[in-house]
Amino acid sequence: MKVLVAVKRVIDYNVKVRVKPDNTGVDLANVKMAMNPFCEIAVEEAVRLKEKGVASEIVVVSIGPKAAQEQIRTALALGADRGIHIETDEEVQSLEAAKLLKSVVEKEEPKLVILGKQSIDSDNNQTGQMLAALTGMGQGTFASEVVVEGDKVNVTREVDGGLMTVALNLPAVVTTDLRLNEPRYASLPNIMKAKKKPLDNMSPADLGVELAPRLSTLKVEAPASRQAGVKVADVAELVDKLKNEAKVI
Amino acid sequence: MSILVIAEHDNSELKQATLNVLAAAKAIGGDIDVLVAGENCGAVGEAAAKAEGVNKVLVADNAVYGHFLGENLGELVAEVGKGYSHILAAAGTVGKDFMPRVAALLDVAQVSDIMRVESEDTFVRPIYAGNAIATVKSTDSIKVITVRPTAFDPVAGEGGSATVETLDIVKDAGLSQFVNEELAKSDRPDLASAGIVVSGGRGMQNGENFKMLEQVADLMGAAVGASRAAVDAGFVPNDMQVGQTGKIVAPQLYIAVGISGAIQHLAGMSDSKVIVAINKDEEAPIFQVADYGLVADLFEAVPQLEEELKKVL
Repeated sequence: MKVLVAVKRVIDYNVKVRVKPDNTGVDLANVKMAMNPFCEIAVEEAVRLKEKGVASEIVVVSIGPKAAQEQIRTALALGADRGIHIETDEEVQSLEAAKLLKSVVEKEEPKLVILGKQSIDSDNNQTGQMLAALTGMGQGTFASEVVVEGDKVNVTREVDGGLMTVALNLPAVVTTDLRLNEPRYASLPNIMKAKKKPLDNMSPADLGVELAPRLSTLKVEAPASRQAGVKVADVAELVDKLKNEAKVI
Repeated sequence: MSILVIAEHDNSELKQATLNVLAAAKAIGGDIDVLVAGENCGAVGEAAAKAEGVNKVLVADNAVYGHFLGENLGELVAEVGKGYSHILAAAGTVGKDFMPRVAALLDVAQVSDIMRVESEDTFVRPIYAGNAIATVKSTDSIKVITVRPTAFDPVAGEGGSATVETLDIVKDAGLSQFVNEELAKSDRPDLASAGIVVSGGRGMQNGENFKMLEQVADLMGAAVGASRAAVDAGFVPNDMQVGQTGKIVAPQLYIAVGISGAIQHLAGMSDSKVIVAINKDEEAPIFQVADYGLVADLFEAVPQLEEELKKVL
């Protein structure tokens, strides 16, 4: 079966985020960018499904500027078979991303679509669910285990209080949580090979989607910082302060 | 304006998060209705009717909503919600699952995890794991919003007298079935709404050592949490994780034991009223946010803490 994986180019998770002095956003100039960590988990899961003989082809898609091709090449180096780049320099919000992915799904007809549960920049946690709704598919969100059985996929989900398993009819959408797998690193030979794998380029207009953001960001600020308090000498002093000064116990 | 709040519950009890979401609804202003969707959830509807500021409670009681499957809830809420100006739910794993479906079915954007209401169409929310705070304006006719419960003080759970109506709308998308669930059984309070949280990090060294924290927690009626490092190391299950990728907590007292204080973790607990850090590394970043820091070996400090607490509690 064919598996479609969506990946997003975001600020590298190790980079310290700085808000621009004019409060229009976060400073991304000369900042290291990388594949969103949850998307790496999505790619890894698809590759494992292929290694198990469950997946026959992995198509990786990314929406974003020209440079997003780097993340597609990374996914190809990790084991995806071909790439689709939907190129735009505009801001793409979740609903629009879901509409773009929907048209890719209609063309490619994958049995399974795997996405990260959220991107570490906008932290929305929306696109997978929106795509599932728009395509009329079931969704296994925050997945910690994915088992394909016949025409169904069983997805174990990380929910408040524990785990919940659902069975979804295929085709279905899965969004990844942290414990689904540990992504591998791409080997040098695979990085070289990835350069020769096919990568299609298209625009949102080619897919018949007009970008029309519904949300506007009025300002972006640094969070209120907390002041460091005092050091206590021992446990007795700590308990005394909690009881008599902070009055929280 | 009219606001539909989707109740968070487990079919028998209304979760406190619903009262926090009602506070966000109140901040927006307008008539507030509550939708309780579940199976055999009549008692939840009665409880929601008592909450402060609720106009009407709609109860959709059917087996198809029993496990809160996102596909079925999404269709139900999109249909019931299309007559409202705002649809709100708690940003827990249920709300995060079905609300984007609602937004997509209504062809509107969703504003996720709001921390503050600026006006009826403008909201404040964290981005970049809480390292930046964005003020976002929605131009959609229906605002679909998930609310960070800990960012809003709950409305009163008693004293209201809303009318309760039964909704006879059954939406079975036929896309998914519940198979099973493994929920951690605990007599301790729920992590996300506990007044006191005691969390352990990689410094705990193994899962067995978390028993020390549990004993301290039980003395204070606290919940037990963990850092992502402790979860990744396999000490404790993921539902104990506090942080950007786990639960967001804001208790009266947060005690971080053997937690270095990665940004990831701070994003999940730095709104706590009082933070205590116990760590042997004086340079650990957790001390930069702690009101009370104790530089000590946790294996000595935690048993001492238990003894001292026994004296005063």
